[in-house]
Amino acid sequence: MNTINQSGWRPTTPETCEGSTGTFTGNRALMLEEALIFEIGSTDTTGVEVAEPAEVASRLGGLARNTPIGLPGLSEPETVRHYTRLSRQNYAIDLGLFPLGSCTMKHNPRLNEKMARLPGFADVHPLQPVDTVQGALGVINELAVWLIELTGMHGVAMTPKAGAHGELCGILCIKAALDAKGEGHRKVILVPESAHGTNPATAAFAGYTVEDIPATAEGRVDVEALKARLGPDVAGVMITNPNTCGLFEREMRTISDAVHAAGGFVYCDGANFNAIVGRVRPGDLGIDAMHINLHKTFSTPHGGGGPGSGPVVLSKALSPYGPLPFTERHADGHITLVEEETVGDRHPHSFGRMCAFNGQMGMFTRALTYILSHGADGLRQVAEDSVLNANYILRSLEDTLAAPFAASGPCMHEAIFSDDGLPEGFSTIDIAKGLIDEGYHPMTMYFPLVVHGAMLVEPTETESKAALDQFIGALRSVAERAKAGDESLRSAPHFAPRRRLDETLAARKPVLVWKDPELAQAAE
Amino acid sequence: MRYLPLTQPDREAMLGVIGAETIDDLFVDVPAIAQLDGPIRDLPMHASELAVERHMTALARKNLTAGEAPFFLGCGAYRHHVPASVDHLIQRGEFLTAYTPYQPEIAQGTLQMLFEFQTQVARLLGTDVANASMYDGSTACWEAIGMARRVTKRGKAILSGGLHPHYVSVAKTMAKYTGDHLETSLPTLSVETDIDTLIAAIDDDTSCVVVQYPDILGRIADLRPLADACHAKKALLVAVVTEPVALGALKSPGEMDADIVVGEGQSIGVGLQFGGPYVGLMGCKEKYIRQMPGRFCGETVDAEGKRGFVLTLSTREQHIRREKATSNICTNSGLCALAFSIHMTLLGEAGLRALAATNHAGAVAAAERLAKVPGVELVNDAFFNEFTLKLSKEARPVVRALADKGILAGVSLGRLYPGADGLANGLVVAVTETTTSEDVETLASALEEALA
Repeated sequence: MNTINQSGWRPTTPETCEGSTGTFTGNRALMLEEALIFEIGSTDTTGVEVAEPAEVASRLGGLARNTPIGLPGLSEPETVRHYTRLSRQNYAIDLGLFPLGSCTMKHNPRLNEKMARLPGFADVHPLQPVDTVQGALGVINELAVWLIELTGMHGVAMTPKAGAHGELCGILCIKAALDAKGEGHRKVILVPESAHGTNPATAAFAGYTVEDIPATAEGRVDVEALKARLGPDVAGVMITNPNTCGLFEREMRTISDAVHAAGGFVYCDGANFNAIVGRVRPGDLGIDAMHINLHKTFSTPHGGGGPGSGPVVLSKALSPYGPLPFTERHADGHITLVEEETVGDRHPHSFGRMCAFNGQMGMFTRALTYILSHGADGLRQVAEDSVLNANYILRSLEDTLAAPFAASGPCMHEAIFSDDGLPEGFSTIDIAKGLIDEGYHPMTMYFPLVVHGAMLVEPTETESKAALDQFIGALRSVAERAKAGDESLRSAPHFAPRRRLDETLAARKPVLVWKDPELAQAAE
Repeated sequence: MRYLPLTQPDREAMLGVIGAETIDDLFVDVPAIAQLDGPIRDLPMHASELAVERHMTALARKNLTAGEAPFFLGCGAYRHHVPASVDHLIQRGEFLTAYTPYQPEIAQGTLQMLFEFQTQVARLLGTDVANASMYDGSTACWEAIGMARRVTKRGKAILSGGLHPHYVSVAKTMAKYTGDHLETSLPTLSVETDIDTLIAAIDDDTSCVVVQYPDILGRIADLRPLADACHAKKALLVAVVTEPVALGALKSPGEMDADIVVGEGQSIGVGLQFGGPYVGLMGCKEKYIRQMPGRFCGETVDAEGKRGFVLTLSTREQHIRREKATSNICTNSGLCALAFSIHMTLLGEAGLRALAATNHAGAVAAAERLAKVPGVELVNDAFFNEFTLKLSKEARPVVRALADKGILAGVSLGRLYPGADGLANGLVVAVTETTTSEDVETLASALEEALA
């Protein structure tokens, strides 16, 4: 029998659950199976009461729906139970350490949620007259000031809806600035091999050709190679700093100066801002544009994959090209919204609008609440504790797991390991899935691409030393089992709601919507 | 600092393990010019929960909320009653504080919900499939135009004058960079939509026609002739729905043979939130799924043969394809999609139809009442829960004057189309189940006074 989960609850042993659940319901005590709403609901059931419609003649222009939609309903008790049961099949920060590198899964304070739900923010329409929404505009403006101060930049575009949308905003600013200088012929964006996939995808979307910049053996940008590539066809570079190997780019200022001297702009992917917030200002490093993931550094919830929010701070050179709309605070304290209407006078070089309305207001409220809670001193402590926690993990595990850049200096807020030293047949995925059985969400796997079998561990500052020690113990145990050739790891997880899922099948025969099995069969 | 669990003795012990003297030793790679020697000056220091709550509440109080006023705004964001259980359930930590479900064994809750969401959306829009959500309606609309370009390998999109002007504005921004050619126009304050003009404009270079249903003025037109005309020229029809509740009463765009249907899902479950976060809906015919942006959740089995769900078809996406991806999108709008899905499950088909019927009946009654006000003319013949009034005066100052009286009267076309003289007298009024007949009377009296 396998005895890896020594402490804590576990529903059954791998031997007894293999092939058979052994219960009538398929449930295992608190681990509850839940059918789809299409299997348990009916189109006649509803969990709401709607007022009877007034008796009037319909004015639907002859387009009234006359076919069934097929939307199942559940009563309120059934609805609450359905989603509560589903929720229990998720891992979450609220359950434990969530060490996803470059994702900054930190504690999400509940005060943020409470403030975002104040009717003054939650129940306001984006097109109300601006005199009736001075408080909402005030939140946007106040957060904008914080972001500018924390980054040492000149301006900020608040509307981008996520990190990748922010990247696009920054690249469009660069393109607009180059066009304005008559340098639209610059068609190349340089991106390090270790970059997030969104970087090259964004540059390509904006019509740029993407070229890789190599990394040095110590895990940083090869500055000489970068300088050698600069020239009249290069629009700019997209650099992540701290980078995805968890290291600070020591030569950032040199890189920025070289790019500027060659007529290009510097985009910084701000996904890893948590490591330096309050301690280092990107503006002092010559950055022209950087997106800030409010859902990473500033604790707005990830929500199972969004919504994000990606404001972009801009240098003086790029600020004139930022998107619409934005807020403008006047001497008397009144705040106005600069939209298409007033843009001609106020902001004639804007590249345009990126989304309807004013950006992710609900996230602004949360982020501002978080920032005010921490203040300038607390945010600095955030960076320090996040870096301390990551280095503690790095130094505690470098004897067990290969740490390719352990000699490159301290890491920033994430520690990177590789699958080097694991026996034939074992890989990063087995370590990751083994961690699931230990009650953890795995670290980021196989990213960045420059490290073989990369495991990128970001603990964040909201973990206690005791929580880190337990995690270190668990990761060490799993790594040692892999080194010892423990075959049970290769079929892990054993104790999760599901065993490894067949992703090849899902992609080969995509089933993206539920179909009534009887109807589906009849159709075949 | 209440969110930081490390104690000073912890920090010292950990530095010892690391072999560092002070925390500064861990920042040695940061050049001195970029090192701050202490907290950034002139910014506030940390504050208690109580102090922060006071500050934020004071800001919130400066807004006139929809719930405090007779409220008639729509144009892409609608005020509906959201059942209390929706907001309770989305705040369960297992949903709220989970990541994108890349580790499916411990993310079946989010994944099953997304599979249910995709099915609900596809059925509502009348498409074969739907994705796991987009940022919002306006970005989904642009992505549909890009998708039509990839499918047809043509670069000219024709945008209806009835498409939300912000959506047009987003598309114009993006098209500048992708090289798409967009044909756009302004709406006119007339009873007819521009369907016939659109049909006449389709040619062999057209990738798609983009039409909103109901349109920005609330008008409704049969999309079938437009779909047929598109298909005759091998172009796609993209339909945009900014008020999904309408599809509880109206034929779906998919039923009228639209190829891609996108929408703003905010009406169901999400709330107004001053414009975001919202949830973009996107569905299409099955044959186009490999050109679709965004995440998909798909059904599969686990190693024991049990049904389970995973993110799939990711070979279209940026983290695999990098610069060759269909889009740079990484995040979807997961939590808003959850709110949409829970609300839709509470409604069910019966509830959605009843809600739509109540909205429509309320709007008809309101339109007929307001049309009796001297100086007010109803533009629409057909509409769902939103219609346009032509006032005898410019609407924007009227809206401002009514706001001073605590009435949020609707969206003036002057706000949406500044400088468009022919539209300045237009006022778009939305009526939902949250609007009472007293609200309508209040608006009618105030309009009468303002127009006298």
